[in-house]
Amino acid sequence: MLYREAGDFKTSYVEDSQTFPIKFDRYRYYFVLVFAFAIVPFVINDYWVNAIFMPFLIYSIAAIGLNILVGYCGQVSLGTGGFMAVGAYASYKLMTAFPDVNIFFHIIAAGGITALVGVLFGLPSLRIKGFYLAVATLAAQFFLVWLFNRVSWFYNYSASGQINAPERSVFGVEVTGANTEAWATYLFCLVFTVACAIIARNLTRGAQGRKWMAIRDMDIAAEIIGVDPLKAKLSAFAVSSFFVGIAGALFFAVYLGAVEVGEAFGIQKSFLVLFMVIIGGLGSIFGSFAGAAFLVLLPVLLKNTLVGALGWPTDLAAHLEFMIVGALIIVFLIAEPHGLAQLWRVAKEKLRLWPFPH
Amino acid sequence: MLDASEEGYVTEDGRKIGGVLMEMKNITLRFGGVKAITDISFDIREGEIRAIIGPNGAGKSSMLNVISGFYVPQEGEVWYKGKKRPPMKPYQVAQLGIARTFQNIALFEGMTVLDNVMTGRLNYMKTNLLQQAFWKGSAEKEETANREVVEKVIDFLEIQSIRKTPVARLPYGLKKRVELARALAAEPSLLLLDEPMAGMNVEEKEDMSRFILDVNDEFGTTIALIEHDMGVVMDLSDRVVVMDYGKKIGDGTPSEIRSNQAVIDAYLGVAHD
Repeated sequence: MLYREAGDFKTSYVEDSQTFPIKFDRYRYYFVLVFAFAIVPFVINDYWVNAIFMPFLIYSIAAIGLNILVGYCGQVSLGTGGFMAVGAYASYKLMTAFPDVNIFFHIIAAGGITALVGVLFGLPSLRIKGFYLAVATLAAQFFLVWLFNRVSWFYNYSASGQINAPERSVFGVEVTGANTEAWATYLFCLVFTVACAIIARNLTRGAQGRKWMAIRDMDIAAEIIGVDPLKAKLSAFAVSSFFVGIAGALFFAVYLGAVEVGEAFGIQKSFLVLFMVIIGGLGSIFGSFAGAAFLVLLPVLLKNTLVGALGWPTDLAAHLEFMIVGALIIVFLIAEPHGLAQLWRVAKEKLRLWPFPH
Repeated sequence: MLDASEEGYVTEDGRKIGGVLMEMKNITLRFGGVKAITDISFDIREGEIRAIIGPNGAGKSSMLNVISGFYVPQEGEVWYKGKKRPPMKPYQVAQLGIARTFQNIALFEGMTVLDNVMTGRLNYMKTNLLQQAFWKGSAEKEETANREVVEKVIDFLEIQSIRKTPVARLPYGLKKRVELARALAAEPSLLLLDEPMAGMNVEEKEDMSRFILDVNDEFGTTIALIEHDMGVVMDLSDRVVVMDYGKKIGDGTPSEIRSNQAVIDAYLGVAHD
């Protein structure tokens, strides 16, 4: 009943092309924002932040980044883990080299550096497509992990080969290091996530997004209307890697605090983010959030039910968790190949008519 | 043959046609040993509707692909707006103001009709990534300005009701119309139509013919089209080029073409003894 377009007349093109054209949607969006910024920080504790909120926020950024590349521009990438590692190591080098600069800028700069690396590894996309490109990006994944393992300059010659986030603060509140508060790290990540989502939305709804989607849907037709495939593909790699780099930097500096590259940014990470994008929905910002939420929440939920409620041994539960997540992914892809975002769209279309069938 | 002088000519129905917009000079296109086009020359004049016809495999589509930059001919020159055009990529040709549609519809299936038509405006949208990332301000202004042009095209082609429909859901005839809309949104100085009526029923063909004539009439757009339906071609076009086996066998007004023996032979076949 609330969810209606009827009577909500648009009198300008600006109004017509806004992100949430339906009033109810718009208010829901504002409500979520207010809730996330003004209420959640006061009620969460360490467990909630570390188990759910922070991984969700950070993976959302990575998923948005990958979605721009795969979902909007149609270029498959299996190098997400490697690009996250670039973001992490770039932020580490920047934090240790310029300790006086605010970490906020370090993380954005880390995104910028990752964008450059992304463009470099995106160059093969001009010649190869589909599976072959996926294999080429796989090379990026392995090369980057190898690089950060072998060249000790990247981890400042530390004996362990790990990188550790030094203590940094924003407005006098510590956001990295050992003495952080749950709400501070949460808010720090939230700011980045919201900003990234808005930027991604703005880019994808305008001229740039249409260029990407044109390349995705039919590259020959895209060229004939004047899209330079070189610029379109490389810009997708750059923007995508920028977000993925920010996600990597936050993952290292704020979430984990200490990172060993092979463990944190291995090929599993690439697949995890790719699954998020596929399950959430290709070519949808909302889908990126939904996919990240699904794959972050599901294991936590399963663990809590199996170990906490049913009292199973932890290792058995862990194995079962793998199987259930895997099976769910398959079921999902068969039942709804367009992901959670499509379910959401269908639900919204039904809602528009509800309670009348026609 | 009409008197196609430098200043142009007057068509059979009394419209004035301007000077040469595009001129193909001795174009030869080879694929390995196969000659798709052999030494063809013709011109397209400002404001006219120019048809290219011929039996299957005559090289019509190859010719269109040469004009739009997909193929680079081995020999010959392409002159556009009085200047020789160097070999170009298709997207550069598009930026010169040449738009086209395809024989098999080449729409962006994952996007709505509106987004598809908006892609026709991409050459006019100049804001950079940073401006677009912030949206408010120049990017939004640009979007609105181009949206206004697109809405005019949408009105013109009478596809208002499907504006927000994903293209994949549309029937064939409407897809053809959306493709024309996308090409028109670019406000081209030369519009290339590759079989705009292929696979349409009579009503759809009539609609499409009307749109083509209206486009030419209202916007003064020069149109070059390939079409198999002879009735349509003869009714619509001002001048016709006839190709057969990669060679030009006729060039002139529809009435001249109708009485051209080489053309009749190509279409009906000749007795071999």
